Amino acid sequence: MNKKEPLLYISKRESITWQKSWMIRGIAILLALVFCGIITMLLTGLNPIEVFSTIFYGAFGTMRKSWVTAQKLAILLGISLAITPAFKMRFWNIGAEGQVLIGCLACAACMITLGGKVPSALLVLISLAASLAAGALWGFLPAIFKAHWETNETLFTLMMNYIAMQLAAYFIIVWEVPKGSGNIGIINQNSQAGWLPVLGGQQYLLTILLIAVLTGFMYVYLTYSKHGYEISVVGESHRTASYAGIKVGRVIVRTMVLSGAICGLVGFLLVSGNDHTLTTTLVDGRGFTAVMVSWLAKFNPIGMIFTSLLLVVLERGATEISSVFSLNHSFADILTGIILFFIIGSDFFTNYQVHFRKAKKEVE
Amino acid sequence: MEVVKNAVRMENITKRFGTKVVANNAVNLELHEGEILSLLGENGSGKTTLMNMLSGIYHPDEGQIYIHDKPVVIASPKDAFDNGIGMIHQHFKLVDVFTATENIVLGLPGKLDLKKSAQKIREICEKYGFDIDPDQKIYNMSVSQKQTVEIVKVLYRGADILILDEPTAVLTPQETDKLFQIMRNMQKDGKSLIIITHKLHEVLEVSDRVAILRKGEYVGDVATKDADQQSLTDMMVGRRVSLNINRPNPVDPKPRLVIEHLTAYDELGVKRLDDVSFTANSGEVLGIAGVAGSGQRELLEAVAGLYPVKEGKILFYDPDYDGTDKLPKNLVGMDPMAIRKAGVAMSFVPEDRLGMGLVGTMGMTGNMLLRSWRKTKGLFVSRKEPEAMAKRIWEELEVVTPSTNFPVRRMSGGNVQKVLVGREIAQEPAVLMTAYAVRGLDINTSYTIYNLLTEQKLKGRAVIYVGEDLDVLLELCDRIVVLCGGQVSGVVDARTTDKREVGRLMTLHKGGAENE
Amino acid sequence: MFDFVSFIPRAVMQGTPLLFGSTGEILTEKSGNLNLGIPGIMYVGAISGVIGSFFYEQSMAGQPLNGFWAIAIPMACSLLGSLLMGLLYCFLTVTLRANQNVTGLALTTFGVGFGNFFGGSLIKLAHSDVPSVALPATSAFFSKHLPFADNLGWFGKIFLSYGFLAYLAIIIALIASYILNHTRAGLHLRSVGESPATADAAGINVTRHKYLATCIGSMIAGLGGLYYVMDYACGIWSNNAFGDRGWLAIALVIFTIWRPNISILASILFGGLYILYLYIPTGTQMEVKELYKMLPYVITLLVLIVVSLRKKREDQPPASLGLSYFREDR
Repeated sequence: MNKKEPLLYISKRESITWQKSWMIRGIAILLALVFCGIITMLLTGLNPIEVFSTIFYGAFGTMRKSWVTAQKLAILLGISLAITPAFKMRFWNIGAEGQVLIGCLACAACMITLGGKVPSALLVLISLAASLAAGALWGFLPAIFKAHWETNETLFTLMMNYIAMQLAAYFIIVWEVPKGSGNIGIINQNSQAGWLPVLGGQQYLLTILLIAVLTGFMYVYLTYSKHGYEISVVGESHRTASYAGIKVGRVIVRTMVLSGAICGLVGFLLVSGNDHTLTTTLVDGRGFTAVMVSWLAKFNPIGMIFTSLLLVVLERGATEISSVFSLNHSFADILTGIILFFIIGSDFFTNYQVHFRKAKKEVE
Repeated sequence: MEVVKNAVRMENITKRFGTKVVANNAVNLELHEGEILSLLGENGSGKTTLMNMLSGIYHPDEGQIYIHDKPVVIASPKDAFDNGIGMIHQHFKLVDVFTATENIVLGLPGKLDLKKSAQKIREICEKYGFDIDPDQKIYNMSVSQKQTVEIVKVLYRGADILILDEPTAVLTPQETDKLFQIMRNMQKDGKSLIIITHKLHEVLEVSDRVAILRKGEYVGDVATKDADQQSLTDMMVGRRVSLNINRPNPVDPKPRLVIEHLTAYDELGVKRLDDVSFTANSGEVLGIAGVAGSGQRELLEAVAGLYPVKEGKILFYDPDYDGTDKLPKNLVGMDPMAIRKAGVAMSFVPEDRLGMGLVGTMGMTGNMLLRSWRKTKGLFVSRKEPEAMAKRIWEELEVVTPSTNFPVRRMSGGNVQKVLVGREIAQEPAVLMTAYAVRGLDINTSYTIYNLLTEQKLKGRAVIYVGEDLDVLLELCDRIVVLCGGQVSGVVDARTTDKREVGRLMTLHKGGAENE
Repeated sequence: MFDFVSFIPRAVMQGTPLLFGSTGEILTEKSGNLNLGIPGIMYVGAISGVIGSFFYEQSMAGQPLNGFWAIAIPMACSLLGSLLMGLLYCFLTVTLRANQNVTGLALTTFGVGFGNFFGGSLIKLAHSDVPSVALPATSAFFSKHLPFADNLGWFGKIFLSYGFLAYLAIIIALIASYILNHTRAGLHLRSVGESPATADAAGINVTRHKYLATCIGSMIAGLGGLYYVMDYACGIWSNNAFGDRGWLAIALVIFTIWRPNISILASILFGGLYILYLYIPTGTQMEVKELYKMLPYVITLLVLIVVSLRKKREDQPPASLGLSYFREDR
């Protein structure tokens, strides 16, 4: 519409087929992998094929490695699923980190204070309920303020992360074993009270199965349930939602309570099912990574399986590379960052078209 | 006779949007120095597009612009400023948290000296008779004050050619008078002004000359002293307008919706509805007329349960009400869901179609669900019925869309409205409320909508039609409620009244109401 | 009696990285960019400085350092590192219009990883034989304070005992505050953050302002990382030692309701709360200190809530914060 048309101009795409949009992302991921390969080559001297075979080995090289990868996938996917309803509602919840951690704390608290006093099975249930409630509370607080006073949820949930972290830090010192160590150690190591039962001899199997069920549940919930429909409408426009008789505030609060509770569930799985301890870094930034997993999959629970798989495999592989070459294991974060930048950038090409002057060619 | 000098001359200006739409076709326009020119034309006649090419927002595809008889290229708003052209748009471009001064100096080069600037603004205000406080924040201002800031902004930059795009649409009659006085002051100071409008009485009141556009083409110009309402209308619409909307007589009208002493305030505490009372009958189309912002939106939203009501009653009489044993339902205090649960079949086609009536990213089916998602039992939504309804509307109203899952946001305006109106009618409402149902639609779609509304009336439903085009209101409706400043200034029979009477009522303030 | 004379200097030293971070983030947010990558950028700012100075110290092979280069090299590296991060953020969010939250979080993942990776692997990658990354010689230049400060008793301790970067942080905050509130550039920047369409119509280049504000903001924030490692941590890099100070800086932005001048005192307050546990007798209850560390976040949360309850327009976040601007959307 401008007069002296610049060399390039940009317009919003009318529509794009899903094949095309996934092709664009595929190309972006491929480019990112090539780029990561080059960086790794420069730092380690491996040739590209070795780089990727090492990454693959790191993720799936042995049975043990595969299980760990699957467990990490399950946890990351679980957190991503938890925050997705909120994000679909355009509620920028970046507090999953805290919501999971407070779930961990609640679970550990039950295991420590009630360990040996109630039967283990009952203790597991109590811990589960406590984790769900704690996570839900951490989701409820920002939601109620958002619903009533439009308090900025991004900043609110961010602050809640650190409140959870300091609470956890406080209790870790209260419960530290031995005194002065700053560590809790393995909770109920001998009695295994409150530990999630081990299925088929595989410690992580139950966690993985639960998350698989959760994935199906979340897909159905978002796609076919009334709640899912309400969430979509609220995410689109609060005014439309009111017009349709949807109580916006109630949907925001309900969805965030659900979101927080599922985070609490993941926290429970982490403590009761996997690590049997509590540290302030137990969640390890996955609350933030989950935001990206969910967003990259366009909030589609099935798509999230793949995006979280991509990030987890990369992280495991990069960890392998760094341990082989005795480099710092943060190498994984660098590769993750690069992949994310490429995918984030590629989104532009699915939303917009770039035209060259005169020659109206599409550029992907 | 002295030689007229041209402040602006536009020669053979053509502007196309895409390949199909020709917004302006070989338009020639002259603005003499020191005159007030009215640019008259119906909605969609290309007035704003033409002026946007003077203000640097668009660039003409063909043609040449001369400013003070020198050929110029206006490539950006900045070029327009440099040529002394300033345009006051309908939608104000102001930063809410800034003061008037800060907004006025925004984008100018040089050192920032707000005190000096405020002083200069005061001088401008004094010179032309504006009434604003340079240190007041925009969010504390009324619409008319904001408009004043926009005008001062243009004058501050030294513009001698001012373009005002429908400046009176948001003003009360008193404010309009004041604006016209200021325009005359500016004219006395040697400025040249163009006012875009489609209100004839304003044209006659304020301008020296009138230029008329019709469907993107320049029809001609006439000195105001030689024109009257009739001749201008004829030029504007080409022929005498007879819309030929089919209007059967009301069918067994009985009170369906009775509004009593309705008063409502917005969140800033400004009174938006002031003791509004009227009755909407079944089997008739009740029109609601008024200048934009007279309380139409608030009224409909209050009835729909979306706007808080301070006082008064909204009484709904069931269609099978026999007038004796049952009392009417008072809808005040109910939200949309409560209203629906109370068994009140009410449909509402809101003004903001995609922002309120529909979900833009969803297809027709998803949007049908907006009405029925609660109806099915259980936790899940059923898409079967909505899908069928979507298909029916798609066929019956000839909606152009590739599928019932195609996002409605990507449809054209007319199709979007068909989806919305179609859905609301399919609810078989006892009361159907529509706000600006044909705004922005082409002639054919508009008639489709008129016919749909008339059909509803024949089915014995109470139809409320909020409109802005008086011709349509007079030919479509049975009775017209006229709002002015949140009050009912009159209720007239649409068959016997005329435009002049309705126009008079639209500006008839009873006093007491704070219309900002 | 509470020992203010030793408490305040420590609070200031804790607060200085936060002040850099929050000033940078305020400038960024005033342009409408919510840069959640600040924590990562501060890591990159720190490690870039460390890398620069590491190689400089290595190249001098034990000879005394030249004071000018010992400061200029890490500074330049730090600024360059954080500038690149800022550019990356802008390219993705402004030019490619990507989601700001996601981009910011990715930037933080990347930046923290970058810092820890090079902090942990620098020695190996450089094939050096030193045991750990410690730069005491460089640090000595950064933490040098006025020679006569020690002779002035409590006054010297409270006001004159800091390295030059601490004063620079205050000066930058004051300049930023002045620019935002009293200059045309500041007015234009604020209009971009409030209403880019209005700014655009007034002939202000929205893209350029966003890029400039975000990149300069990133560079300022990066200096916070540099101060931390060179002055506060005496030139010793240890992974994750910088911790969550980046997020605390973002909290500070809210706490000061987007005012860099308030941030000067507020950062000292936050720094003080961070170390308050050292000064309040907790007896044997070490755990209580963790609760004190929670205070900055709790207080920020309260400020956020109060501000949203009061609905005072001037105290709200920039209206277009977090949104990308596309002219044809208007």
